[in-house]
Amino acid sequence: MSVRQALLALLEEGPRYGYQLRAQFEQRTGATWPLNVGQVYTTLTRLERDGLVEGAGDDGAGHVVYRITEAGSDEVATWFTTPVERAQPPRDELAIKLALAVTVPGVDVGTVIQQQRTATMSALQDYTRLKRRAADGQSREDLAWTLVLDSLVFGAEAEIRWLDHCEARLRRAQLERPEAAPATPAAVEREASR
Amino acid sequence: MTAVLQLREVTRVHGAGETEVHALRSVSFAAHPGELVAVMGPSGSGKSTLLTLAGGLDTPTAGTVTVEGQDLAALGAAGRARARRTSIGFVFQDFNLIPALTAVENVALPLELDGVRSRTARATARRALEEVGIADLADRFPDHMSGGQQQRVAIARAVVGDRRLILADEPTGALDSETGESILRLLRARCDAGAAGVLVTHEARHAAWADRVVFLRDGVVVDETGADRADALLDAGATQ
Ligand SMILES: Nc1ncnc2c1ncn2[C@@H]1O[C@H](COP(=O)(O)OP(=O)(O)OP(=O)(O)O)[C@@H](O)[C@H]1O
Ligand SMILES: [Mg+2]
Repeated sequence: MSVRQALLALLEEGPRYGYQLRAQFEQRTGATWPLNVGQVYTTLTRLERDGLVEGAGDDGAGHVVYRITEAGSDEVATWFTTPVERAQPPRDELAIKLALAVTVPGVDVGTVIQQQRTATMSALQDYTRLKRRAADGQSREDLAWTLVLDSLVFGAEAEIRWLDHCEARLRRAQLERPEAAPATPAAVEREASR
Repeated sequence: MTAVLQLREVTRVHGAGETEVHALRSVSFAAHPGELVAVMGPSGSGKSTLLTLAGGLDTPTAGTVTVEGQDLAALGAAGRARARRTSIGFVFQDFNLIPALTAVENVALPLELDGVRSRTARATARRALEEVGIADLADRFPDHMSGGQQQRVAIARAVVGDRRLILADEPTGALDSETGESILRLLRARCDAGAAGVLVTHEARHAAWADRVVFLRDGVVVDETGADRADALLDAGATQ
């Protein structure tokens, strides 16, 4: 996630200091991707170095206020008009786990899938509860937060559909190869050592 | 708290001999007042079978189905038909609207059959159509409506009046995601108001509105989320 672009986009609304930026970020995205204030200030320092923001003095209470520059505004515009890169998917622990579960001997893949589906379903129920609560708010920030929740909801749903799909594929593979699965080397060894 | 719907070791076998199909195998299941339960599972796993048994549209091969403490088998056909008009709302997978009746007449029908005066029944039906977002289509015939609109008429018919048990088989199948969500809000609101609901769905996003999600495979319950709440209720019932 690009903290840099997010902070720049928030600065489009007017000059802000670090704590304000963090608060506004979290108002729109919930506690989904928490930012620590140190990260905010480091990013602001880099943005200033790159000429995308500039110091706008002190707010009178000792907070250093930043303002977006023209170059910064251009970068925000570019960010909003460029699709997010999908070419390099982030490393997905679950996909890797399943890929290994079907190949590593002695793993009950069916159980791995079922347990994961139940866990993901519980997470999906939690997101939905948060959504029901958030839906009462009318402000633009509440709307932003429900959209973030929807993203989590659709993500979890996609994962469950994929798990259903994996389960169906495995069943079909078992039907096509009905002979009993060969004993795994580890199991044979365990048996031999008894 | 007593369950609105209780299935005890229910088995349903279709056909016999070679062609025998075990649609459900000794399934126990309950839905309490205020509770929405979702049922998920692959095609052919027994979801519609479970729902039709719960709604008294079919009778089990073994086991019992009770609705508000009444054994549906003991009620007889006439008693079950009465229960379906008054306390059980059913959304069919294929809508089951009557083509010769307009939307509002379809929705008002169960009320009218139960002796509610026509005018009152229609007014209540119009409100239900409003709740599902198609008040403007009240006087149309099903054939002149889109699939999603027909589905919403079927939902209005299931929630109209004071139904204690709402059974919905894929009620969002023909709907876009926004409309589907508004239907889930409606079902959720009915349950929050004290009804018990059972929702069959393929969409995890919709199942997530439920308090509990039950997974069926080959006629057997294989897993369940949020079972703690149900256990707590059962424990509370046991200590009463
Ligand atoms: N009247 C019937 N006669 C014979 N077999 C039946 C009958 N009704 C259902 N079955 C069988 O019982 C099993 C369960 O069917 P059911 O309709 O409950 O599945 P489902 O989970 O609702 O599937 P879907 O997601 O496709 O709607 C299936 O194998 C089906 O073929
Ligand atoms: Mg079905």
